[in-house]
Amino acid sequence: MITALWALGALALVFGAILGYAAIRFKVEADPLVDQIDDILPQTQCGQCGYPGCRPYAEAIAGGDIITKCPPGGEATIKKLADLMGVSLDSLDQTQNKQEKRVAYIREEDCIGCTKCIQACPVDAIVGASKQMHTILSNECTGCDLCVEPCPVNCIEMRPVQTTAERWKWDLQSIPVHVVEVK
Amino acid sequence: MPSLFQQIQAGRIWDFHGGIHPPSRKTQTSQKPIDSYSLPARLYIPQRQHIGVAGRVLVKVGDHVLKGQALTAADNAMAVPVHAPTSGTIVDICLHPSAHPSALPEPVFVLEPDGLEQWRPRHALDMLHADKAQILQRIQQAGIAGMGGAGFPSHIKAGAAAAVDYLIINAVECEPYITADDVLMQHHSDTIVQGIEILSQLLQPKAVLIGIEDDKPAAIKAMQQAVAGKNHWFVRALPVKYPSGGEKQLIQRLTNKEVPSGRRPIDIGIVVQNVGTAFAIAQAVLEDIPLISRVVTVVGQSLSRPQNMYALLGTPVHELLSACGFEPQPSQRLIMGGPMMGFTLPDARIPVVKTTNCIIAPTHEELPVAGPELDCIRCGACTEACPVNLLPQQLLWYSKAKDHTQLQAHNLQDCIECGACAYVCPSEIPLVHYYRVAKADIRETQREALKAEQAKARFEARKERLEREKQERAERNKQLAAQRQQQLADQQKQQIAEAQARTQAATTELTHAEIVAERERKKAEARAYQAAKLAAEQDIIQSAEPTLSADDRAEQDPRKAAIAAALARAKAKKAQASGEAESTSVEAATVAAAPALGNTVEPQSSSSDDAKKAAVAAAIARAKAKKAQASGEAESTSVEAATVAAAPALGNTVEPHSSSSDDAKKAAVAAAIARAKAKKAQASGEAESTSVEAATVTAAPALGNTVEPQSSSSDDAKKAAVAAAIARAKAKKAQASGEAESTSVEAATVAAAPALGNTVEPQSCSSDDAKKAAVAAAIARAKAKKAQSASNSEAATDPTQADSEPPLADSDAVLPPVPQDEPQVVAQPEPVAANPSAEDAKKAAIAAAIARAKAKKAAQNPQEPS
Amino acid sequence: MSFRIAASPHHHSQAKTAVIMRTVALACIPGIAAQCYFFGVGVLVQIALAVVTAWLCEAAVLKLRGKPIQAKLSDHSALVTGVLLAVAIPAYAPWWVIVIGTAFAIIIVKQLYGGLGNNLFNPAMAAYVMLLISFPTQMTSWLPPLTLQTTPVSVSDAACTIFTGYSCSGNSLTQLRSDVDGRTMATALDTLRTAVAAKQTVSEAQTSPVFDGLGGTGWSWVNLGFLLGGLFLLQQRVIQWRIPVAVLGSMTLVALVFAMVDSDRFASPLFHWLSGGTMLAAFFIATDPVSASTTPKGRLIYGAMIGLLVVLIRNVGGYPDGWAFAVMLANLSVPLIDAYTKPRVYGQSAKRG
Repeated sequence: MITALWALGALALVFGAILGYAAIRFKVEADPLVDQIDDILPQTQCGQCGYPGCRPYAEAIAGGDIITKCPPGGEATIKKLADLMGVSLDSLDQTQNKQEKRVAYIREEDCIGCTKCIQACPVDAIVGASKQMHTILSNECTGCDLCVEPCPVNCIEMRPVQTTAERWKWDLQSIPVHVVEVK
Repeated sequence: MPSLFQQIQAGRIWDFHGGIHPPSRKTQTSQKPIDSYSLPARLYIPQRQHIGVAGRVLVKVGDHVLKGQALTAADNAMAVPVHAPTSGTIVDICLHPSAHPSALPEPVFVLEPDGLEQWRPRHALDMLHADKAQILQRIQQAGIAGMGGAGFPSHIKAGAAAAVDYLIINAVECEPYITADDVLMQHHSDTIVQGIEILSQLLQPKAVLIGIEDDKPAAIKAMQQAVAGKNHWFVRALPVKYPSGGEKQLIQRLTNKEVPSGRRPIDIGIVVQNVGTAFAIAQAVLEDIPLISRVVTVVGQSLSRPQNMYALLGTPVHELLSACGFEPQPSQRLIMGGPMMGFTLPDARIPVVKTTNCIIAPTHEELPVAGPELDCIRCGACTEACPVNLLPQQLLWYSKAKDHTQLQAHNLQDCIECGACAYVCPSEIPLVHYYRVAKADIRETQREALKAEQAKARFEARKERLEREKQERAERNKQLAAQRQQQLADQQKQQIAEAQARTQAATTELTHAEIVAERERKKAEARAYQAAKLAAEQDIIQSAEPTLSADDRAEQDPRKAAIAAALARAKAKKAQASGEAESTSVEAATVAAAPALGNTVEPQSSSSDDAKKAAVAAAIARAKAKKAQASGEAESTSVEAATVAAAPALGNTVEPHSSSSDDAKKAAVAAAIARAKAKKAQASGEAESTSVEAATVTAAPALGNTVEPQSSSSDDAKKAAVAAAIARAKAKKAQASGEAESTSVEAATVAAAPALGNTVEPQSCSSDDAKKAAVAAAIARAKAKKAQSASNSEAATDPTQADSEPPLADSDAVLPPVPQDEPQVVAQPEPVAANPSAEDAKKAAIAAAIARAKAKKAAQNPQEPS
Repeated sequence: MSFRIAASPHHHSQAKTAVIMRTVALACIPGIAAQCYFFGVGVLVQIALAVVTAWLCEAAVLKLRGKPIQAKLSDHSALVTGVLLAVAIPAYAPWWVIVIGTAFAIIIVKQLYGGLGNNLFNPAMAAYVMLLISFPTQMTSWLPPLTLQTTPVSVSDAACTIFTGYSCSGNSLTQLRSDVDGRTMATALDTLRTAVAAKQTVSEAQTSPVFDGLGGTGWSWVNLGFLLGGLFLLQQRVIQWRIPVAVLGSMTLVALVFAMVDSDRFASPLFHWLSGGTMLAAFFIATDPVSASTTPKGRLIYGAMIGLLVVLIRNVGGYPDGWAFAVMLANLSVPLIDAYTKPRVYGQSAKRG
């Protein structure tokens, strides 16, 4: 009986020592959780989640906020966040389908050069100065919609991104078939 | 162990993993010659037919183009031009369904052939003297891109800078049905070899390997004959296996080398070119024929005459089909490319492009439509068939699960989409379609991740910028605040110092001698003052204004002295108008007033010297005035001079502590300006009142400035200056519209009053006086207006009236300190008017009466705006 | 005229899953024929029962899952499962044994895992194991070869015994299985095991009439029949050579080692080849594509593992014939085997990360 206790005790000590040593010696530095979450978020900085940017939302998620608040991220982002945070997907509400990507467009004939939209853009995707023409850099625009509201002359509209052959998603159903009369 | 080169030399060929053997079905077209067809009604030439960017458009709608004329120009290395396949007119440049699986619209040139087939001038390149750059430029300008199906710009491949071991000519044509390269080799082997020669010259390979599948015996023979005698040129017949024609698979078969994943063949010293590309290069360099046509296999059991054709680029597919006797079935498939890798066309108007090697129009029996997709039974037939040695099964599972990590771990990016796996799948799963969708997904995700990174960077940069600006603003604010603090401190120090000096001066114990000197000085001042008073008295008596005991008043009230000075001035003007040299009086008055003013204002300063100076100045002014009158100049000059003299004097006496020279300068400047203005005014025929205005106006600020060294009534002076300026403007306007000079006089008064008020009372609350002066000015204005309206013509015709007016106004103006005297204002003009000429006096009296009436009304409404 | 859009490739080899399954079922015929000839037609009744049960169960579950019944049934995978299970159990087992077994195989092992292509375990073998554990008596009541039969068994007897438990002449199964001395006869493997346990040598045990010098009376021919069927499948490229070769090869090797160590206790490889369900397992059971490994190297390892396990079970394990257990254990290891035997892709270096 005593021998058994001694044996088990000794085993526990030995394995505990090994594990402790391994925990220190082979420790892997992992990204802080907030950074990992921020990497998953789409960086639109649109504020639709209620936080002023993606980083604050990442911090909120790390603090326990729900992960379904990001519409631009869509389902893919929610899935990845669920994987990362260990949250079960079934318990979440179904969010709306990911909308097509849109970018802002300024109708230049209506622009009055007030710079209100420039101040609103979180990624500085609008080029212009006071009393000068404003224009959107389509490549930098994240489609966050924040510039549409401040424009006093309503000259900004959101346009869907054109599909090109390189970015085609191989959706065979969407190819328009041309019906011709047989010659 | 023989080296690789030796093995290749010996004729050894290797094999790649997997592969399939679909029925080749090539005999229906490989035995026939290449046919042509009649020119179509329209050609649709896409602007971009290669991997890269479209060139710059050179033509516009309506242009007539010649055969072979460039329609776009290559601006950079990745651009390849397109050319007109025949002569004709560009009828449109528009969007048209593209020769791509998506059939998305792309810009095309719509060319209507004129049937003449006129060539543009052609110049063959002299191969003996042309250098590499010239040849590559010719290849690019001829619009040559890879014609095996990929469409990579040939000049980039042919211009590879790295060392090339093997140049491989891909004549394999492994896909079923296609025989375009086969018949090209059968009929044009010599030209092909010339093209390969050119490539050889550019790339300098160790050996040239021409791979042909062994189901093309005629082609093999033709090529062997064409390359006979060329050193290190080998024609290799490969056992048929699909997909030997894939670049990587062909390299492995011929050289046993593998292209590392993600790299290109040039990285292992190999360049692969399609045999059709070699043919096009030869034509372009040796005959200056750009790429405007190619051999296309048109085949399928729904065609009655399947064959190869010389197709012009831009020919709509339906033209080729009808040339081969097309009998469409319901739910017909049109496949551009081979049956394994070609894509279906939703539209028969889609044109032939540089990479089109085959059009298939199959029946349902020939190529059965795919059955329903069943579950994967993990049979592994796909793994056996894959030429890249992938695990298509796993790729399918992960594609369905959208597991991008595992897809990349299983090397999805290495899939060449040959279709062998889907060919053998017993469950008829469209494997390649799954992979394409997954690849597009992964590419899109990567692109979005990149964009997110960039957006994040921009967001961070913007945050930084805003922070920086905020900090800079805070810095600036701090600096400004510090400056202001400094200023305040300095001011305070200054004030303290001055106060100290004052107190010092005040509390300095005077020695007896000093006291005596002080007393003497004061006596001298008093004497001078007396003299001035006497002179003033005389003038004042002359002016018959009993109520104005300026002498007495002046002593007690500096204000009154100023008023007296003004009155004197006015008298002088009158005198001048009548020709008398009363400037003297004016001067004298001014001079007298000056010391008075100076004395009253600053009893403690040693102004005797200043008084002397003032007297001297006054004398000089007198002389000037005489001279001026002699020469007939306007009196304003003298007045000006007097004022000028007065101003500095005043300035000097009044401000011992401040930099009076500055003020004197300012006054001088102002006087000069006034002079100039007066000259201008006289030149344009305006009344002297303008000059008076100017003088007064200039004087006012000067006075204001000089009299107020320590108080903050400089503001009031400024206000007076402003008011004077406004008055000036108003006066000008009034004169422009033809109103009487009285307006200008008004303005002058308005300007003068506050100034006078300010100057006379430096130590009292001058704001009240200023207000009162303003009120008086308003009243005067109103009166004057009434006077004007009543005596407009008189005022215009009789300048003397104008003269009479100013005193009127002045007298009115000087009365405000004694409000109860208002009614007497009316009375006052009379004695004033009753001056020099009887006629004038009469007129003046009339005017005075009118003014009286006006004044009464104005009294009722003192706030009446002018 | 409207155009049809399709994804490439547009050409297809016309290989079909249904054809594959049908071919497998057909390849069983030589083996079944041998079984009928040597052991009576009981196996045919079992097959009939199994196939009917399989179809019914599959149809019922597909209906519940909302899948197309006709399309799914016509891929013949249920047919093959039923046939293989029917061939594997004793020919005169009661009818409810095969019915329960087939139902279990189809419903639980195949459909509940996701249907064709998604099951982790071989359905027939999983059902066999379940039956063996649940009904050991029935699952070990093998009828001796007809030549050794003391009580003659006619064709109708098969049906009678299976459905009623008694032959048409009233004999129970136990009686049918008894020899002249009243002892129930067992399979060759069983006999060998019992004898060795009784400290007899292999050679001594093989003097029993159950043995014929190869794999056992009748059993050798059955195995040869299945071997023929397997070779046919190989020729038809329905199955690949890797799994059968690996199974037989490793079995031979291990059995050889055992026999060399102690030839008195352990039988020769040849005996192992032709006894019990060797050929059936090697060519029909282990090659079930759904539950087997998918990578080429993986298949070799998978087959080798099965061969090793079988010999271990036969020689030192608790059961006379351990194919089902061996296959099940190998099925468990398939995901691991697949993960570590990914082939080197063209253009990638040989190192694995």
